[in-house]
Amino acid sequence: MNAASKFAGANDRPMVQVIDAHKSFGAFEILKGINLSVNKGQIVAIIGPSGSGKSTLLRSINHLEALNKGEVWVDGIQVNRPLTGHAFEQHINSVRQRMGMVFQHFNLFPHMTVGENVTVGPIKLRKMPAARARDLAMELLGKVGLQDKYDAYPSRLSGGQKQRVAIARALAMEPSVMLFDEATSALDPELVDEVNLVMKQLASEHMTMIIVTHEMRFASEVADRVLFMDGGIVVEEGPPSEIFSNPRMDRTRTFLKKHLAG
Amino acid sequence: MDFGLMARIFPFFLEAALVTIELSLLSLALGLTVAAVITMFRLSRLRTLRAIGTLYVSLMRGTPCLIQLFILYFGGPQIGINLSPFAAGAIGLGMNIGAYMAEAMRGAILAVDRGQTEAARVLGFSRFETMRIVVLPQAAKLMIRPLGVNAVALVKGTALVSTISVVDLTYTAQRFIGSTYKPFEIFAVAAILYMAMIYALSKVVDFLDRRYAAA
Repeated sequence: MNAASKFAGANDRPMVQVIDAHKSFGAFEILKGINLSVNKGQIVAIIGPSGSGKSTLLRSINHLEALNKGEVWVDGIQVNRPLTGHAFEQHINSVRQRMGMVFQHFNLFPHMTVGENVTVGPIKLRKMPAARARDLAMELLGKVGLQDKYDAYPSRLSGGQKQRVAIARALAMEPSVMLFDEATSALDPELVDEVNLVMKQLASEHMTMIIVTHEMRFASEVADRVLFMDGGIVVEEGPPSEIFSNPRMDRTRTFLKKHLAG
Repeated sequence: MDFGLMARIFPFFLEAALVTIELSLLSLALGLTVAAVITMFRLSRLRTLRAIGTLYVSLMRGTPCLIQLFILYFGGPQIGINLSPFAAGAIGLGMNIGAYMAEAMRGAILAVDRGQTEAARVLGFSRFETMRIVVLPQAAKLMIRPLGVNAVALVKGTALVSTISVVDLTYTAQRFIGSTYKPFEIFAVAAILYMAMIYALSKVVDFLDRRYAAA
């Protein structure tokens, strides 16, 4: 795809675009020039060994990691605009409201009830009246099957329930894109499915999603496109059918052999 | 052991204990305020503020509290600071304990999981909102115990102000020795009163901890 066709029309413009992303931690270069483009409604899974840079790439999309070089665009806005100080603070706080993120360790606010976890963003950031925020939270908690936990504290929930609340919390900001950072890696095996089910439902509603995962089967089921990363570069990308059944690169084959066997 | 003497001096000592309590409460309030400001400095993004905070803490913790009180009370007039013994005591103790309490506060704030900050920031909350809405409510619970330990140290530390002629419990005890020559009984009474204060204080800390820090 060349630049002209990429920007042919507003609808063709990618929802998320990462251009030549470089990131180092000290002397160690974790991202060595990554390009990523995700269209509206597309679901991209990023797989690869640990240390390959996949989480760093995901975290650079909402600027939890600042790139040393390269650009990140979301919904037509450059995330890592070259601003400083207060101006950048304001910019990043507003652009982050367009993205939802789900973490491996849930990171629910333990001092707030489930309902407060979901409504705190809409009320404080979107200035939504409390009653409307409650309705929204109820609707979203219904969607993830946890309406009855509205008044419970996170400590009372199972890991799978916590992660579903975390998804509802992210959705409450009505984001244009959802980022999942190994959302099921910290869960007991029997709790993985309930979270995957919620993610599949989001996928069926055409939410734009970028999913960093260790679960090859899940990636092959939901993703439109799979990126295999290793050593800070994208080794191979394509539709799951190609990547999983007919990988072109040796590194991909070796990785998949190890992970599909288990 | 002269129990009669102990009973006779007790009312005088109670009055002196009141001075110690007043002094403790005032310097506790000052200490908490100083600690909050120094903690903000130490966690600031501005290097200058961080440096000021670090310097303050190392000065206050790196020199004897007694010397700090002497500098303030005896040295103060030389640079135009004239304080009553009580005021010098309260300010000196408060500024000193503030450094220790700042460390307790900073430790508690840093002990809140980083993931909490990240979760708040990705929703779109500013650094300040994240601190106020997400981090501080959790850190407050973690602070209760260590601040309680500092408060206990403060109450015991008030004995130092007897050296700058504040008529507190320790000073009163020393005064009675001259007329009775029974230091054992006299300091025993003082010790019992200090212990009663510390006991009451630790009960308050226990209550706060149970009330607010229970998970």
